[in-house]
Amino acid sequence: MTVAVRGADRIARAFARAREERRLAVLVYLTVGFPDRDAFPALARAALDGGADVVELGVPFSDPLADGATVQRASEVALRAGVTVDDCIREGAALVVERDVPVLLMGYTNPFLRHGYQRLADDLARAAVAGVIIPDMPAEESAELDAALAPRDLARIDLFAPTTPDDRLARLVPRARGFVYCVSLTGVTGARARLGEDAPALVARVRRHTALPVAVGFGIGGPDQVRTLRGVADGVVVGSAALDAISRAAPSERAGALRSFVASLREAAAP
Amino acid sequence: MTAGRYGRFGGQFVPETLMPAVAELERAFDEARADEAFTAELDRILREWVGRPTPLTDAPRLAAAVGLRRVTLKREDLAHTGAHKINNAVGQALLARRMGKHRVIAETGAGQHGVATAAACALLGLECVVYMGTLDMRRQEPNVFRMRLLGAEVRAVEAGSRTLKDAVNEAIRDWVTNVRTSYYLLGSAIGPHPYPAIVRELQSVIGREARAQHLERAGRLPDVVVACVGGGSNAIGMFAAFLGDDAVRLRGVEAGGEGIAGGRHAASIVGGREGVLHGARTLVLQDGAGQIRETHSISAGLDYPGVGPEHAFLSASGRAEYVSREDAEALEGFRLLARTEGIIPALEPAHAIADLAHVRGRHGADSEVLVCLSGRGDKDLDTAIARLAP
Ligand SMILES: Cc1ncc(COP(=O)(O)O)c(C=O)c1O
Repeated sequence: MTVAVRGADRIARAFARAREERRLAVLVYLTVGFPDRDAFPALARAALDGGADVVELGVPFSDPLADGATVQRASEVALRAGVTVDDCIREGAALVVERDVPVLLMGYTNPFLRHGYQRLADDLARAAVAGVIIPDMPAEESAELDAALAPRDLARIDLFAPTTPDDRLARLVPRARGFVYCVSLTGVTGARARLGEDAPALVARVRRHTALPVAVGFGIGGPDQVRTLRGVADGVVVGSAALDAISRAAPSERAGALRSFVASLREAAAP
Repeated sequence: MTAGRYGRFGGQFVPETLMPAVAELERAFDEARADEAFTAELDRILREWVGRPTPLTDAPRLAAAVGLRRVTLKREDLAHTGAHKINNAVGQALLARRMGKHRVIAETGAGQHGVATAAACALLGLECVVYMGTLDMRRQEPNVFRMRLLGAEVRAVEAGSRTLKDAVNEAIRDWVTNVRTSYYLLGSAIGPHPYPAIVRELQSVIGREARAQHLERAGRLPDVVVACVGGGSNAIGMFAAFLGDDAVRLRGVEAGGEGIAGGRHAASIVGGREGVLHGARTLVLQDGAGQIRETHSISAGLDYPGVGPEHAFLSASGRAEYVSREDAEALEGFRLLARTEGIIPALEPAHAIADLAHVRGRHGADSEVLVCLSGRGDKDLDTAIARLAP
């Protein structure tokens, strides 16, 4: 079966809808297989029920060097359950079929390399997953993967950081597809109490080179930071704080807790 | 080859936050290398503080025991702090100071790189934070004390296998967070470009000295050069001087742990597959899903699931050969060198000593063999006491 709408179109649609509603798009990251394989599917759906516009499915890796303690622990749990790239694509395919939502995979280079870049592109396209975010693959190292993704219209979302200089932004941002992902702070993932101070300046610098929507992620802890990003960015990415919300809840209340947490982000995303 | 690529190996697989930092580091190192004041100061410190040049020692009783015509030992065990690691640590610490970074981060496995970095930072007045897995802290306890005595803060890493790989992860996370003020002083020829090039350059003093000393002593080059390979810094430092000498065979010895077949080892070239780890495309111990495997070696300094990209390249091109020796063989090598030459080696180069009997099998009893004795064994006495009957 071929899916009529491509994943990349779903991303554009999600940001366009958020813009029409004069709010930020809410992107939620969840590590696949956390807190266990059986609980995960309901959690992904709870995030959507709470109002997530885009789902980032975290592919667990043994050595997540851009991640803080929360994602590290979630990845360890998922790996103990044996979660693979194939599992993540399967979860993504099911979400797309059921909910017609944009899905991205977020993970490190090595599991994708082992899966095989060509096979990855084929599998993602078949699943109508929109693309990948790979925090340890800068643009300079992406030629091989891009060559596999491009013919299938799959996006590889580059990250830009407060430390990225202007000349580098000028060179790389125009090549971005889908949306531009700005890292809010100089550091690893993990919920922080306040928004990184560099974020607004980075978004402004990025906008000089693109008309694409700009999302801000890393460190977003909750509704307060989402509110500060209104009028600055077009979307927010929340990962560790969502995983923390799951961890804090009793097993029978996890889905409800995540739904409420995402709903609170959605509320803060609108004026 | 373009900068930072060794055939299809190498590269810069790092988070975007660090991309400007690796570019800045490359520029700073190139400038420093061209600056006579910098190289003169490094030379002076190597001479007066590290104790270079280290001697080349003839090892006739060892040679007789393993059935080789001649074995010579390049004595990095006699360098200050007890291993070759100091050559790299002091060079990079000087670079950090030159770059205006007064906080230095390092990872350590055996603790030798941590001790070397702590000592270099004390010498140059830099703040020093060392990440170390808790398993390694236990098996290399004297080095934890040494680091603290030298003024370094040792941060325990509980994650993963609680060894070198996990310490590198944690050090990189610190670097990502404090990149504007901190210098990451990587201890082996691994990681993103320019680290493999910087570490090779700073360690190549080993091979430069050894080549000249061997020529003077023996009137000829050695037939075979042997070094142990963890991340590969002592080996690449030794090999670099001989790469152009086509007749000289280069041989790296990895940690075979409890045997390659059973999977409990740390031999990334002998038993690994192409992958990306800690910023470089190289040979990596991994499972079928691309997850990095837990490794095992009796020597903490070799207990790492990757290897420097230049070694992956030298293996693929056939210019160097790589083998592995198991824990039990390394312990035998440890005892053999002690009994024949009165030198207690670290367990890492004990793998190279253990390989000599096999060098004879491969290259003949007539061979003259130069071994990099990368460090001394004081740090390993607890492990040896537990495993060796006296
Ligand atoms: C004495 C000694 N030799 C060798 C090594 C292995 O490192 P490399 O392969 O980088 O030389 C270590 C690492 O700690 C060491 O302490």
